[in-house]
Amino acid sequence: MNLQAAAAIAAKDVKIFFKDRRALFFILAAPIAIATFFGFLTSGGGSGEKARIPVLVADQDKSAVSKSIFDGLVKDEALGVQASTEAEAREAVRKGKATVGLIIPKGFGDASAKALFGGGKRPEMALLYDPSHWGEMGMVRGLLTQHVMEAVSREAFSGEAGRKAIKDSLANVSASTGLKPEDKSALTRMLKGVADWQDRIEAAGAGEKQEARGLGIPFDAREEAVTSGKGVVYNGYAHSFAGMAIQFILFAAIDLGAGILLERQRGLWKRLRSAPVSRFTLLLGKALSGAVISLFCLAGTFGFAMLFLKVRIHGSIAGFMAICISSALMASAFGLMIAALGRTPAATRGISVLAVLMLVMLGGGWVPSFLFPSWMQRITLLIPTRWAVDGLDGATWRGLGAGYALQSAAVVLLFAALFGLVALWRFRWEEE
Amino acid sequence: MNKSYGTLKAAEGISLFLAPGQILGLLGPNGAGKTTTVSMLAGLVEPDSGEVLVDGRPMNGDSDPAKARIGLVPQDLALVDELSARDNLAFFGALYGMQGRRLKEAIERALGFVGLEERSKDRVSSFSGGMKRRLNLAAALLHDPPVLLLDEPTVGVDPQSRNAIFDNLAELRARGKAMLYTTHYMEEAERLCDRIHIMDHGKTIAEGTLRELTALLPATSRLILELKERGAGEWMPGLRELPGVESASEEGGTLSITLRDLPSCAPAVLAWLASKGVAYAHVSSERAGLEEIFLALTGKGLRDA
Repeated sequence: MNLQAAAAIAAKDVKIFFKDRRALFFILAAPIAIATFFGFLTSGGGSGEKARIPVLVADQDKSAVSKSIFDGLVKDEALGVQASTEAEAREAVRKGKATVGLIIPKGFGDASAKALFGGGKRPEMALLYDPSHWGEMGMVRGLLTQHVMEAVSREAFSGEAGRKAIKDSLANVSASTGLKPEDKSALTRMLKGVADWQDRIEAAGAGEKQEARGLGIPFDAREEAVTSGKGVVYNGYAHSFAGMAIQFILFAAIDLGAGILLERQRGLWKRLRSAPVSRFTLLLGKALSGAVISLFCLAGTFGFAMLFLKVRIHGSIAGFMAICISSALMASAFGLMIAALGRTPAATRGISVLAVLMLVMLGGGWVPSFLFPSWMQRITLLIPTRWAVDGLDGATWRGLGAGYALQSAAVVLLFAALFGLVALWRFRWEEE
Repeated sequence: MNKSYGTLKAAEGISLFLAPGQILGLLGPNGAGKTTTVSMLAGLVEPDSGEVLVDGRPMNGDSDPAKARIGLVPQDLALVDELSARDNLAFFGALYGMQGRRLKEAIERALGFVGLEERSKDRVSSFSGGMKRRLNLAAALLHDPPVLLLDEPTVGVDPQSRNAIFDNLAELRARGKAMLYTTHYMEEAERLCDRIHIMDHGKTIAEGTLRELTALLPATSRLILELKERGAGEWMPGLRELPGVESASEEGGTLSITLRDLPSCAPAVLAWLASKGVAYAHVSSERAGLEEIFLALTGKGLRDA
């Protein structure tokens, strides 16, 4: 192997790269801009505040229950609730201004209190939602259930509508002919017990207003974002920069592959081949240049993220370096494979861009892979970008140790070897 | 050497010998197999059968040091446009293991030889076609190889640069370089080459000095007259019947007569034309060239083939 020749080939390509301002801009500014944008979105806009789900409530009932539901929703930190009419709510959801429109129909308060004790038909509450926000709709449904249960049970146990509901239910049970005597007796005892409770609440509240009570959620949730350590806040930029850095080193690899095809087209490759240099040396030189340019891209993008966006390596620094180096080698081997399989630079570039976008998308570069369906999460383990992005995530915001990083780096290196072998196997060496 | 691509025989039984201080012209139309032959000689293409001997030793593999005894000037401009002329040469020199002072001196020598010292720091992309061709030659000379393979090295250059390249090649011949020069320009082959190897459809058609090749033709000279008066009557059939006349044709007021032997036949032909009332403004003669040789051997012109 002629290392001097390999180094000369690599140095030539790197020199050309640094002379090309457009290439430099593309490989540095573009990933930084895109990753900053995605990171800004996933980090809550940088304000630290959680985004509230916009909800419009049309209260057509105007009962104590409906007012209580509205007040509960307004106090919920996950929601941004405003009063509205049904028509306004529908229009706002259709235009994407609100995610959910909640319609509380007339008579809801009475009907819901009766339904709670099984004595009446359950009233219907309409939820108008934006189908592009299906996930948020599920969240609103859960929160609504909580607030409705609290409001309705509070009214049932202490309010006017509740007393009326108990009275009606007692009458219904008494008049019922379908119930077994022992069931009728048990139900009557339970309803009378609730009626006694209502009387005690009313008597206690004659002098001073008492806090009304109802059914509530029997637990409190303590939320904790599990990151690399206690007090370490999740930084959405870490993931977005990992994804974009991997995407753009693969774009640089396309340039490497197309560049070899262009050299072949121009005749420069003939001159290289006419020198007393082995095929392996030629490819090694090209692989080295690709790896150096990729490492420059990774250093530039992560350097920016660390300097300006507080991205930190909370895991192993050596592991982070190992993933960067293995990813750079994988990208350059990918470039060689492109050169081996491609025919003309223009056609090869088009297909390769599509392939890179697919690799990055499925590798979790755009959207974290844990959002994928489970079957897709399993399949994407066969994609090098998945290991590279997960490895960088592990080394940065997840704060995982050297073992995790080295495992990711080893898998990425295996893919680099595979791409390299395909390149050696399929490379066209005969020049006409 | 033999080389086929599928059913296409790109080179069939080609045998060449390059001697020091000589230029061997490889002449043939596009697609004749010249580039395939050069590629086999440079080690870019492995012959299906046959071998390339450098100083009597077979060239073996991509990294055979014998390849350093060959300098290739590819048909395409094999240069890095984004780099300066000096950086280009430094890169190509490194491929041949050159470095340090030796490389620097070789670069100066090569740039000086092709007259590009003053543009050495300029990007190649700013060069004219002729300057690029000269640098293309310099890159092949950098490691001072005794053998030079020049694949159509003057394609697309201006007459001035072409002459400069011809002067360079003449000097290299004087230095004892063995050179193979492929071209489809007959004038270049006639002017430069000591021996000429004519190819068509991958095969050797003829080989020898220009004199040896010319001797293959039944007619060797051409008489050209720019007519002023055509005279009376249809005299063309009679002209063709004259002794020593191989062929005759008239096009656009120019009469072209191919003669078996110009000195002995020309006076009689001119006298016969005068007797027919033919007057001419100008008369000139041409020796039969490679075009005629190729036409005679293949039945078609070099550029039509």
